[in-house]
Amino acid sequence: MNDIKVELIDVVKEFPIQRGETTRFRAVNNLNLDIYDGEFFALLGPSGCGKTTTLRLIAGFEQPSSGQILIDGKPMQGIPSFSRPVNTVFQDYALFPHMSVLQNVMFGLQMDKVPRKEAEGRAVEALEMVRLPNALNRKPKELSGGQQQRVALARAIVKRPKVLLLDEPLGALDLKLRREMQFELKSMQQELGITFIFVTHDQEEALTMANRIGVMHDGNLLQVGRPEEIYETPATRFVADFIGETNFIDGKLVSHTAHEGVVSIDDETTVTAMIGADQVANGQAVSVAVRPEKMTITAYSDTPPSTEHNIVHGQVAQVFYIGTDTRYAVRVGKSALVNVRVQNTAAHHTTFKERDTVTLSWERSVARILTH
Amino acid sequence: MAAGVTARDEQKTGGILLALPAVLWLGLFFLLPLLIVLVFSFLTRSQGGQVSLPFTLAQYERVFDTFWVVMQRSINIALLTTVICLIAGYPLAYFIVRRRSNFGKQFALFLVILPFWTNFLVRTYAWRVLLGREGLINSTLINNGIITEPLELLGTEFAVLLGLVYGFLPFMVLPIYASLSRFDFRFIEAAQDLGANDVKAFLRVMLPMTLPGVVAGCMLVFIPAIGTFVTSDLLGGTQGLMIGNLIYSQYNRSGNLPLGAALSVVMMGVVMIALLIYARFGEAKE
Repeated sequence: MNDIKVELIDVVKEFPIQRGETTRFRAVNNLNLDIYDGEFFALLGPSGCGKTTTLRLIAGFEQPSSGQILIDGKPMQGIPSFSRPVNTVFQDYALFPHMSVLQNVMFGLQMDKVPRKEAEGRAVEALEMVRLPNALNRKPKELSGGQQQRVALARAIVKRPKVLLLDEPLGALDLKLRREMQFELKSMQQELGITFIFVTHDQEEALTMANRIGVMHDGNLLQVGRPEEIYETPATRFVADFIGETNFIDGKLVSHTAHEGVVSIDDETTVTAMIGADQVANGQAVSVAVRPEKMTITAYSDTPPSTEHNIVHGQVAQVFYIGTDTRYAVRVGKSALVNVRVQNTAAHHTTFKERDTVTLSWERSVARILTH
Repeated sequence: MAAGVTARDEQKTGGILLALPAVLWLGLFFLLPLLIVLVFSFLTRSQGGQVSLPFTLAQYERVFDTFWVVMQRSINIALLTTVICLIAGYPLAYFIVRRRSNFGKQFALFLVILPFWTNFLVRTYAWRVLLGREGLINSTLINNGIITEPLELLGTEFAVLLGLVYGFLPFMVLPIYASLSRFDFRFIEAAQDLGANDVKAFLRVMLPMTLPGVVAGCMLVFIPAIGTFVTSDLLGGTQGLMIGNLIYSQYNRSGNLPLGAALSVVMMGVVMIALLIYARFGEAKE
């Protein structure tokens, strides 16, 4: 599990904004990333963040402007896509419309000059693996979206690549089918032991499926880590905001140690939180990030539940009953609306009403100080 | 339910009525003449350039006997024209499709169509000026001391081929361009991803997927090329005589209408075979 399978070193990819012009758009900026053997790695980010470009660089459809890509320790510079030990599942599948399902899956093997009989056997095997054994002679357009997805997957795994690249492969499927395929992809990856690099903009998908996630924004890789690391200890405001739901309470850093800092929210209130950003300085404008489900809402009280807790006071602005949970939007200070989510139990069941004055509390350790 | 049926019936009769002018036109000016040609081809030539009974296969015997050389040459030249147009036209269409800017595409297409602004006859005459004994090509070669005697360019099969390729290339480029512009180049990436080099990606993916355009282009070049008589008349002389010239002279000079008709029918047969190939491959699109 600890051998590096794919290594990106200082990879930069620039595109000309318009032909002939010297100004260039930097799609991928100084990317350094190690992806380990047998891991399910998700590249997560909003559209235009450079995640697909990164995938295309690994596949060899694009060449880096500078930097290096190594697969299995071998530099990939100058190696065309058809000679790289990777295969891709394309976003819109790109199944060859003039070929049958079997021909599509056999294509890659034929390119490798695998004897016909063997190629056919392996193709059938791959189609069984994706649980689509009965559509061999159908044309792709005769299949449903989910079935086409399976063919695309079979076509990519039949060559037993060292790395499988998946470019938003579930994007075109409806929610129910997507859930099902997430599960199947995950178990298939474990079964095959192939390294998967999975590009998605869907944070839930990334959290569910990946061993590790790399979050990208504007061409930069902001944070790499296990799903719970990314979720619990986001390194930047963007990561905190993009993954899950987060409250940002703006303030000014008053003092800090190596791990903790004190932030004044307004004249009367200060809170203590863990330092999430790389570098902070006293007096700097910062945000304290707290997940809505990590907060507790109580009637107005001036005593924190423990010394490890922060408290702030506010007024309930809106109450949303959403079945399992109740969500409160609480106005803290002058402007910030803070979302609090409370599970509905026998004890708690939309206790507070709009305009109630309440106190919010949370443990220091779950709050993080992030810079803008 | 009843109302739906009535509406459909009305639609049906309306459709027939709308088609009537076209049906009459084609029946009167296409089918009927075609039938006349077919009947003539089995008749005998009589005095004064007329036709008369009895029915005979004599004209067809002559076509397949005396004139088969010309027929063969026509087929060869037409096929060769088609192949050269394809080899030259596909890359050209590809080049145009791959222009990034819309202006680049439009301008390149404009250049392809530009020759149509001048009459075909005039353009073919221009080739005479270029290819003649004292034409531009020969005089340039002689002036530069590359040759001493002028080359016999005019009045050869080569000249006919040149003229045909020149004249019909746009008919190859345009349908291939249409096919290629609908082609999603991500399929090439998919093929490369699966291990296909450029040649294999072209042969296994791009060509089959753009085949309808290729076949349409081949038809649009082959059919007029095999029936041509202007180009072969002006550039080919006796060397480049083609079936079109033969038919023309049977009708207009020799006055042998049955022979002209038989030649026409055989030529139509060849074109029909080409069209059958088109129906088989050209329409095989999803």
